[in-house]
Amino acid sequence: MKIPLSYNLRNLWTRRLTMSLTIGGIALVVFVFAAVLMLAEGVKQTLVSTGSDDNVIIVRKSAQSELVSAIGRESVSNISTFPEVAAGTDGKPMATADVVSIVNLSKKGTKGMANVPVRGVSSGSIAMRPQVKMVEGRMFQQGSSEVIVSTTVASQFEGAGVGQTLQIGTGHWMIVGIFDAGKSGFSSEVWADAEQLMLAFNRPVYSSLTVKLKSINDFEGFKNRLQADQRLNDLEPKREKTFYEEQSQGMAIFIRVLGLIITIIFSAGAMIGAMITMYAAVANRTVEIGTLRALGFQRRSILAAFLIEALFLSLIGGSIGLVIAAFLEFVSFSTTNFSSFTELAFGFHLTPEIVVSTLLFSLFMGLIGGFLPAVRASRLNIISALRAS
Amino acid sequence: MAEAIVQVHNVTKIYKRDKLEIPVLQNITIDVPEGEFLALMGPSGSGKTTLLNLIAGIDRPNSGSIVIAGTDISTLRESALAKWRSRHVGFVFQFYNLLPVLTAYENVELPLLLTHLSKKEKREHVEMVLNVVGLSDRMKHYPKQLSGGQEQRVAIARAIVTDPTIIVADEPTGDLDKKSADEILLLMERLNTEFKKTIVMVTHDPRAAEKAHKVRHLEKGDLLEN
Ligand SMILES: Nc1ncnc2c1ncn2[C@@H]1O[C@H](COP(=O)(O)OP(=O)(O)OP(=O)(O)O)[C@@H](O)[C@H]1O
Ligand SMILES: [Mg+2]
Repeated sequence: MKIPLSYNLRNLWTRRLTMSLTIGGIALVVFVFAAVLMLAEGVKQTLVSTGSDDNVIIVRKSAQSELVSAIGRESVSNISTFPEVAAGTDGKPMATADVVSIVNLSKKGTKGMANVPVRGVSSGSIAMRPQVKMVEGRMFQQGSSEVIVSTTVASQFEGAGVGQTLQIGTGHWMIVGIFDAGKSGFSSEVWADAEQLMLAFNRPVYSSLTVKLKSINDFEGFKNRLQADQRLNDLEPKREKTFYEEQSQGMAIFIRVLGLIITIIFSAGAMIGAMITMYAAVANRTVEIGTLRALGFQRRSILAAFLIEALFLSLIGGSIGLVIAAFLEFVSFSTTNFSSFTELAFGFHLTPEIVVSTLLFSLFMGLIGGFLPAVRASRLNIISALRAS
Repeated sequence: MAEAIVQVHNVTKIYKRDKLEIPVLQNITIDVPEGEFLALMGPSGSGKTTLLNLIAGIDRPNSGSIVIAGTDISTLRESALAKWRSRHVGFVFQFYNLLPVLTAYENVELPLLLTHLSKKEKREHVEMVLNVVGLSDRMKHYPKQLSGGQEQRVAIARAIVTDPTIIVADEPTGDLDKKSADEILLLMERLNTEFKKTIVMVTHDPRAAEKAHKVRHLEKGDLLEN
């Protein structure tokens, strides 16, 4: 590689108008590519951070979400007495049997309705879920038709402020408080008293049981004890993090596949654009190429020079697309979680892996787009190239 | 007399266009001794550029041999030939052929990028030849900022910076006004007398030919005896 880099950079600069169009095309594709990966990552992080390390969730075997799971009262009281389960300050086992269902609320600013998960929890729930904090009003009272809503629900749905009422099942429920659940899945939910909710929905069983273990390392012992009990063999314990990560997989894969199909289509356009630009560059500089060859530069130096130029082009486009995509970190929105068909609030998340794969992707586009033009440049016959003036 | 530095023996060059064979050079033999300043003249299409390109190693003959400073370049493989050119040939083109995005300094430095000289040595060489062509004060200028005559002087500096065995010039004054052309010819003459360079120059200009030691005429692919 004997031809100096400044030669390539200055040539790009000389043709900055056409180049910027090409760069813009690449930037657009890279933006979409990065946004998709960031979205999938955001979904995953949201759901994973819903779980705590030492919490174990018990659901019906092979239930992918709490909505389709069921666990009876006897099993709940049985498991809560397992020795691995930690005790709270009141001496009672730290366990919460939740019932999860769905209500339909109308989204602000649209006529549309969306499914919002309602979680019935028991009194110990808040203590076991440190990511959940009250930010306004108060906790609901046990045995009453009161609910608390997440900040996301309060801001995104009609009539979801403190003091207003929600229709859940057949009854009206008073909103008495708002909680913040950070980036976890709880931040898209409405919470109420589990027993009251079971009455309202006429459900005899809970959806899941979550217990806090005395130690992270107690999981295996806990699992073995549960599986050894004949009466509990329709249930399956999972670390809470694992459970929510599994929930995110379907969604994340869906986003990635859809996004990658879109980027592949777009990237074909960007690569053709880069190719046209580079062919034009070769045509414009035919005499220069002939001159360089006459001076003794090898074919491979010419090939490298034009490839490097295409790679520069794509790297600039890629960086611009990535920088714009990085601003998505500040954007958060909600969409339907396909594994439960409930609204899920999440944001975009940029990781070093995404930065690397995005830049590699843009370099790949430059390589593919620049390859044929660079080959043509290197194959030019010296005499005919020099005559092109 | 020592062996001629350029020995063209029985060289034939035929171009094929579609199925038509165009014989451009027929059985040409010419020797150029070291230190010669040779002018090649002849009507348009007579094959002057073709002969020059063969001597410069950017084209290959269909038959015959071209031996330059002891190397038969018609047998060299392509990459070896490129390497040979970078060491032994200095090019001067009619339209200067400077790279527009590079400064005068960088254009002159270009052939040195193929050598193993240190940064400092390169700088010394470039400054020296720019001084020879009288453009030390224009090092940082781009070709666009120079006159035609100045551009050709930069091109000549580029041609001599590697201290090549021969300098080939194809109508070096063809695109210049009379005054600039005279300057360039004076410079070429100086390269020959002062720096002992062997020069082969194609020209239409009789005044240019006057500066040369020797003039050979081509006519329809044949070298006329003088
Ligand atoms: N690459 C090529 N393919 C086909 N024919 C060619 C090619 N190069 C040169 N020729 C033909 O060879 C002949 C000699 O060309 P050449 O360029 O050597 O002439 P010249 O003497 O330099 O003419 P001029 O004074 O106009 O520059 C011309 O008839 C030209 O058309
Ligand atoms: Mg010619």
